[in-house]
Order: sequence, then structure tokens, then C-alpha cells
Amino acid sequence: MTGSHQTLALVLFSVFVAVTLGITTWVSRHRHGSAEEFYAGGRLFSPLENGFAIAGDYMSAASFLGISGLIALYGYDGMLYSVGFLVAWLVVLLLVAELVRNCGRFTLADVIAARMAERPVRIAAGSSSVVVSVLYLVAQMVGAGSLVALLLGGTSEAARSWTVVGVGALMVIYVSLGGMRATTWIQIVKAVLLMAGTITLTVLVLLRFHGDVTALLSTAAERSGHGLDFLAPGLRYGGDWTARLDFISLGLALVLGTAGLPHILSRFYTVPTARAARRSVVWSIGLIGGFYLMTIVLGFGAAALIGPGAVRASHASGNTAVPLLALDLGGGAGSTGGTVLFAVVAAVAFATILAVVAGITLASSASVAHDLYRSLRRRHSTPYSEVTVARFAAAGIGAAAIGLGLLARDLNVAFLVGLAFAVAASANLPVLLYSLFWRRFTTRGAVWSVYGGLVPAVLLVLLSPVVSGSPEAVFPGLDFHVFPLQNPGVVSIPLGFLAGWIGTVTSPEPADAARHAETEVRALTGAGAV
Amino acid sequence: MEQVDKQEGPGVATTRADDPWYEAVPSAGVTYEEATAPGAGPADGVPRQRVHSAAEIYLEVQRSPAFQEVRRRYRRFVFPATLAFLLWYLAYVVAATAAPGLMARPVAGSVNVAMVAGLGQFLTTFLLTWAYARHARLRRDRAALELRWDTQEMTRGVAPR
Repeated sequence: MTGSHQTLALVLFSVFVAVTLGITTWVSRHRHGSAEEFYAGGRLFSPLENGFAIAGDYMSAASFLGISGLIALYGYDGMLYSVGFLVAWLVVLLLVAELVRNCGRFTLADVIAARMAERPVRIAAGSSSVVVSVLYLVAQMVGAGSLVALLLGGTSEAARSWTVVGVGALMVIYVSLGGMRATTWIQIVKAVLLMAGTITLTVLVLLRFHGDVTALLSTAAERSGHGLDFLAPGLRYGGDWTARLDFISLGLALVLGTAGLPHILSRFYTVPTARAARRSVVWSIGLIGGFYLMTIVLGFGAAALIGPGAVRASHASGNTAVPLLALDLGGGAGSTGGTVLFAVVAAVAFATILAVVAGITLASSASVAHDLYRSLRRRHSTPYSEVTVARFAAAGIGAAAIGLGLLARDLNVAFLVGLAFAVAASANLPVLLYSLFWRRFTTRGAVWSVYGGLVPAVLLVLLSPVVSGSPEAVFPGLDFHVFPLQNPGVVSIPLGFLAGWIGTVTSPEPADAARHAETEVRALTGAGAV
Repeated sequence: MEQVDKQEGPGVATTRADDPWYEAVPSAGVTYEEATAPGAGPADGVPRQRVHSAAEIYLEVQRSPAFQEVRRRYRRFVFPATLAFLLWYLAYVVAATAAPGLMARPVAGSVNVAMVAGLGQFLTTFLLTWAYARHARLRRDRAALELRWDTQEMTRGVAPR
């Protein structure tokens, strides 16, 4: 990577940071500090805007660079990720988006607390939301550090650490000053940039093959050295049965986790009605689906034009496949076109990370202030200081994420994301679905369901080969692993559902029929929705 | 949740116009000044105290045939559709991990079963999204909106939260 790449990429980074800081200042001019404004951006975004923002929240750099890289290295097996990430949106659209918009105000816990004893439910759902958010946040920070260092050539430890600190500081500024309104606009800008960059590269790849997708696939297969096996599953996840079961576990976590991600749920509150929430999800499914289809083309394009060998030589897990592809499509190293395209891809990846990180920080600060602080504070403290608490919480979460991001910087990013999805699917989804659809669900069921998913998910990871007992583990010297899989989903998701059921049937008091009626009527009609 | 801030009914009526936040979020047990909606249940516009709490209104709406119909339409679409796409996705993941031989079978040129199945997942996702949005728009939105106004009319002034 030559100096001109770095200069141009740095200029584009700075332009993006300047623009987003400008947006933050612009939207905070008229701010009046209400919770409505801070958590939900005033609830006046249009479905189109929110659709782009959801897509911007969801399409992380892990998808843009990671999935294309996996496809470039392992062919078809990389595609399995994109399918899971997309199909997950059907759960959100059909079962969650509209009902959550109608029942809640700002967070997941609002929906559950509407028909349960408020305090224990808020503490449980608030804690699990914070755990999910922090895991996801650390993944993004670690990704940011290694990515920026990689793209700018300086792979020194200091460069990575400063990137993590810088990303953390920026996200705290965006969130605590601009709230949901600034975060949303940053995500919209990022989604437009990411789609534009991806479309450009995809068109260039297809032009190179004169629009012949079959030729693209067969060239990729030929160049990979695996022949037709490259186009079929099994190169990466086809090992022993543990590896296969691990992948099924990951697939389950991906498809069920999205509907439990706090930063996705909080996006539905930024539109005025459930109908608008539905239309924003339809928009985002279109955008996300189109995006993942294009990453498939980019992945096979990188395999065909650059070759898995060269991709692996640049980065062992393939994260640089798309930047290398951009360089090649622009005319190769040293050419102006190559330099520009490479810098654009680097800047888009950076923008992607910043936007995702801001969205998660906002959602977790809402969980801390609106759920945990509100339940745990002393009775006589002033209620409207909640937004102030949220601003400080954003700073605190930022600091925690920077610290953990620096500690965990050698951990695999894809694993951290998979873990965040697994915890979301185990702890948040069962309680949400039970609350919305099960008449007899009780407070005890809700609390058990959250902890019954959260605790096994976290424990199983601690006892998995990710933490100890393998060369790539966090503690490679120790071995206390008893659970064979890396992703706990296949065990912990059923446990979350089971715990909620057991808690409910063993409850001493029955469910409150009136409050269930209220939840159900509000969920399906929007009566009394805010 | 209930009986937290004892905000008075008229005050709520003035804030509702400009701030949707205070739009009659009901809860149980507080008195009301205004009459409930005409023809909406036994209250019949007669302002009686504590006879018609928000909880009773919601139970009544929940039992009403109009609401039962909206819920039936929603569930009759969503439950089978969810079951279908989850099974189709699980079948895909299990086939990709457990039966790579089947998935590698060629269909046409370099396109094999796995590729067709993967793109099929994208296609069915888009189709189901379209079908759901259409179903909700044509079969549910209008009835749900009417119920929403009726319910809010009935609960108006009963018990602001």
C-alpha cells in the first residue's frame, strides 16, 4: 500500500468525520433535551429515512469486508452468512417491528414492562441489552482498529490503539451531543455511501466479465484451485461434526438474534406509527438484500480477479479482499483509478464502523438510563434528569468499549459478532415473543427467560474453546473448556425459551388478564401508542 | 406504571394536540371528567366515576368481534409464514453442513443446487416481505386504525399515565 493511498484515504476519513460532526452540531441547535428527542429523534423520521438508517445500523464493516473476504477465500461457505443475516429480517418484519413500535417507548424493556411487574423486568431486560450492546460494540471497535491500521499500512500496535480510542471518542461526541437525530442522519449518510461504493464495485466486476455471471463463477472456481468444490458448501465448515454443529448453531443465532438487538429495536421508535415501522423494514430488507447479493458478486469477483492466494497473503482471514479488488478494478497498483477506488473503499469502511458504533452506543445508553437507572435510582430524584444520565452513560459505555476494545484487540471479530447475536437470541428474543404472543406469560416467566438465556449463553462461551484450550483462544496457556462449540446458540436459545415457560407455569400468581388485553390491543391496533 | 403522576384530565386534553407523547395512554383506576365515546359500551356518554376503567375498556375491546377479526387475520398470516420460512432456512443450513454432496450437484453450467438454494433464500425473503406488506395494507390496516380511534375515544380522559 503506497503513500498516495494513505493520504487520499486519510483526507476522505477526515471529510467524513467533519461532515458527521457538522450534522451533529446542526441537529443539536434546536435541541430541548426531552427523552423523546434524545432516544427517538422526535419520532418524525419517514419510512424511507428510517429504512436507510436501519440498513446503515445493520450493515457493518464485518459484512462489507468480512463476508466478501470469506467468499473470496472459501467460496460458497461465505455465502451462508449473508443468507442468515438477511432471512433474520423476516422475523423482525413479521413478528416484532410493528408490535414493538405500538407497545414500547424507547427500549425493549418498555414492551415487557407494559404487562409485568416493572422493576425486576426492567432490570433483567436492561442488563441483557447492555451485555449484547457491549459485546457488539467491542467487536466493532476491534474491527475498526485492525481495519484502519491495515488499510493505512501502519499495522503498529500504537496505530491500532489510537484508532480504537479515536473511534470511541467520536461516538461519544455524536451520541451525547446529537442523540438519536444525529445518529440517524449519520447512519443514512453511511448507508448511501456504502450502497454507492458497493454498486460501483459490483458494476465494475460485472463489466469485467461482460455481464456473464457464469463466466465469473467458473473463473473464480478455476482460480481458487478447488475447482467446482469452490462453488459448493464444505470448504470451511465441512470438517468434523463439531464444526458442522457449530455452524448450525451460528446460523440459528444469526436468524433469531437480529430481532433481539437493542439498537435495531430502538430504530422502530423513530417513526410515528406502526405502519411507518413496517414500511421502514420493507425498505431496509430491500437495501440489505441488495447489499448482500452484491457482496457475493464482490467475493467471487475477488476470487476470480485476484485469487485466494493473493488475498490470503494480504490478510489471513480475507478482510482486505474488497480493497484489493478495488485497486485492481481501478487499474492496478500505482494507477490513479486504483488509488482513488482503494481510498474510497477504505473511507466507506471507516464510515460504516463509526455509524454502527454510534447506533449501538445510543441504544445501550438508553438501556442504562431508561431501564437500569430508572429502576435502581432513589425514589425522590428528579425524573427529567434521565437524558442527562443517558449522555453520561454514553460516555461511560464509550470508555468501557475503548478499554475492552484495547484488551480484546486480538480476538476474532466474527466470533464476537456471532456471540452478540447468540446472546440477543437467547436472552432478548424469547421474552419479547412471549410478552407479545402468550396470554399466560408472567413476571417470573419474563425474568427467568432473560436470565435463563443470558447466563447459559455467557457461561458456555467462557467454557468454550474460544476462551481456553485452543491455540487461538483468549488464554491459550490454560485449558478449562468443556463445551465443544464456539457459538452457544443451539443450546442457549432453547434454554431461554424453556426457562420462560418453566417460570410461567410455576408462577404463584396468574397473568394479569387486563394488562395482557391492553398489550394485545395496543400492539395490534396502535391505540395509545406514543 | 399506574397511578404514578396524577395528571388531571383537562390538562391532558390541552397537551394532546401538539404533543403525541401525551396522547391518552391509559391505565387503571383514576377518575375521569369526560364522557366516554357515544355508543361505546355501557357508559353511553354518562359520566360515571370508576365504572369504566381503562382496564375494562381494553378487555372489552379485546373481546369485541372487530378486534378478534384483526388478530385472527394477523395470526393466520404470520404464524404459518414464520414456520415456513424458518423451516426452509433451517433445511438450507442443515443441508449445507450435513449434505454437501447433494448441494454440489450441478444444475446448469457452473450453477449448482447450493447456488440455486442460496439465491432462492434471497428470493423467498423478498417475496414474503412483499406478500406480508400487501396483506397488512389491504386486510388489516384499515380495521386496526378504526379500532385504534375507537379505543382512544373510549379511554380518553379515563386515566392519563
